[in-house]
Amino acid sequence: MSRPNVHYSLKLPGKTDNLELIRNFVSAVARKVGFGDDDISKIELSVDEACTNVIEHAHHRDARRDLDLAIKIDCEKLAVVVTDRGEGFRFKDVQVPDMKTYIAELRVGGLGIFLMKTLMDEVEYHSKPGLKNEIRMVKYLLKRKDSGKGKRVGPVRPKTRSAR
Amino acid sequence: MTGLEVHSMEKNGVAVVHLRGYLDAHTAPDFEKVLRDLIDSDRVRLVVNLCDLHYIASAGVGVFMGFIEEVRNRGGDIKLAEPTDKVYRVFDLLGFHLLYEIFKHEDEAVGKYLRPPAARKRGKKS
Repeated sequence: MSRPNVHYSLKLPGKTDNLELIRNFVSAVARKVGFGDDDISKIELSVDEACTNVIEHAHHRDARRDLDLAIKIDCEKLAVVVTDRGEGFRFKDVQVPDMKTYIAELRVGGLGIFLMKTLMDEVEYHSKPGLKNEIRMVKYLLKRKDSGKGKRVGPVRPKTRSAR
Repeated sequence: MTGLEVHSMEKNGVAVVHLRGYLDAHTAPDFEKVLRDLIDSDRVRLVVNLCDLHYIASAGVGVFMGFIEEVRNRGGDIKLAEPTDKVYRVFDLLGFHLLYEIFKHEDEAVGKYLRPPAARKRGKKS
């Protein structure tokens, strides 16, 4: 059964106080579309990371600046676009860290893009310097055979642990 | 409800910090402050109970990462206990088990501090 294209949008002050509201909004839409709990958690975390990056790095925590969130859904996917008019960055230059090295070096911060790229099926970043920056993330309702997604990306669990 | 409630208590000389709510860029500073205060008062044997933590973002993960080196340099540790499945999945994705001991039960995490080092060594060998 095909689903008509639907577009939701949210514009709100870019402050961390609003992150919970954003997560609730995105989760509610994802649930309505038919995603399961696991995928909803991935979408929720990815959108949180994208918005946190905007608030902290593009807006430098200036709460007077708005953050725009758009969600487009169709029969096969959910796409979230987070737009800001702050300082952009060279997305391609941001390396996805090797987590073993990251952990070993006790680095702090910079995990947001790793999480977005790992948890979502597609992540794109477009910057028009001085105008706007957009990060677009897509999650498919059904895993596509050629996407290579859905497999574990992070380190595997150890064989022996004292817990869980 | 502010999004995160942080309660700390003493259990056999170990500081147990209980988190309830969510840990994101908004609430992470609250948790950070509690850990800072504990460490500044020389309580470096820490267990963080996560049974009521329903969500964690990288800002929350960063708090654990930010203190672990200092705590271990001072002879302590941060052990994690009872994470919900949702939070555990984030830890797993990030390879947290390489850096932190994660326990199913709080008492098990507290007990790890109380076990004499010699016994731990023998246990490893057997």
